Amino acid sequence: MLDKNGIAKRIAQEVKDGYYVNLGIGIPTLVANFVRDDIEVEFQSENGVLGMGPFPFEGDEDADIINAGKQTITTLPGASFFDSAMSFSMIRGKHVDLTILGAMEVSENGDIANWKIPGKMVKGMGGAMDLVASAENIIVAMMHTNRAGASKLLKKCSLPLTGVACVKKIVTNMAVLEVTPKGFKLLERAPGVSVEAIKNATEGELIIDGDIPEMKI
Amino acid sequence: MINKKVENVTEALKGVSDNMTFMFGGFGLSGIPENAIAQLVKLNLKGLTCISNNAGVDDFGLGLLLQQKQIKKMVSSYVGENDEFERQMLSGELDVELIPQGTLAERCRAAQAGFPAIYTPAGYGTEVAEGKETREFDGKMHVLEYAFKADFAFIKAWKGDAAGNLIFKGTARNFNPNMCGAAKVTVVEVEELVPVGELDPNQIHIPGIFVQRIFKGAHFEKRIEQRTVRKRA
Repeated sequence: MLDKNGIAKRIAQEVKDGYYVNLGIGIPTLVANFVRDDIEVEFQSENGVLGMGPFPFEGDEDADIINAGKQTITTLPGASFFDSAMSFSMIRGKHVDLTILGAMEVSENGDIANWKIPGKMVKGMGGAMDLVASAENIIVAMMHTNRAGASKLLKKCSLPLTGVACVKKIVTNMAVLEVTPKGFKLLERAPGVSVEAIKNATEGELIIDGDIPEMKI
Repeated sequence: MINKKVENVTEALKGVSDNMTFMFGGFGLSGIPENAIAQLVKLNLKGLTCISNNAGVDDFGLGLLLQQKQIKKMVSSYVGENDEFERQMLSGELDVELIPQGTLAERCRAAQAGFPAIYTPAGYGTEVAEGKETREFDGKMHVLEYAFKADFAFIKAWKGDAAGNLIFKGTARNFNPNMCGAAKVTVVEVEELVPVGELDPNQIHIPGIFVQRIFKGAHFEKRIEQRTVRKRA
């Protein structure tokens, strides 16, 4: 089984040279730490920066330079700042190549729920609904099951949706899966995790086709 | 040059009253109009509808208006950092409309640009689209979202001049440019009010035509919400 950094490491392999990438809050943010350094990638943060760099050195923090998680950041050479409407023009207009975000639930047809637990948690969707409605390449980073052990890869989401039929790929602590018209297609297993264990942890339709290789991390 | 300069926040906020709808620039606590908010706290207006991406934190930003129960309704995309907000929302004291962030930006921009409404794919098939007109374009479903109507827009810019021309800094830009000219009256507070002619016309982010009043903010705390750093090697 992978930890959060392991999930981020595996997703980083999906980031290709020349990509503009939007990273959501949580595990997706960690992906930036594992992207190969021999490729050129620019990270977009929807609050209005392209070319995001690492956290600033102590003492260099600037209240005017933050990411969408409200964390202080730096910019890299070639970076740019822009307003919120332009930021979502990049997203809605499909100029961002890859969107990586977290989820509470994903269904076998690619629906995603990640913004609200009725009566409990109401924080809002932020930019997630815009991202999932338009991005053509969406990878979800999530734990395969919740703390009680119940599957988060479902036949149908139980929580309010963020977007419909939009998720293409899912990387969990147990597996890499592709969303196909027939359900979740198992592509890879996490090191030491059996196909049987993944089957037991997946409520939605799971397609197992031939030998399932172990992830290379 | 048409002069937009006013002397202070008191003059800048002339005409505000109970039950109005206000827009506030800012993302988190970055680029929020701190001086206008402080004045609204002082005036203790009630029944306000506030359009702002976030709702501040408990003791700063719009959280200050929430503490005094001045806000009747919030229109935001993300409100996760404010306990008092959550309490008022769950108890039903506060009316909350949560909308996708890009839709929020575009509803401001539509008001600024004279579009009555826009179609967006964001939120289709979710509860955000419930009861709204939808339409298919090129095989994809979209939701009709209306331009905002607001009485005042409160903006924070980095530099400006008496003509109302504005330059923003870093990610403190965010919703601020989209809200300029999107309300009946646009009020801008700047860190630096420079003499007219000093700003390079090539570098201006928002031309003064979108601004009715501009003043130099007396105090900017510029609080950092999440201080994240790395150690020097």
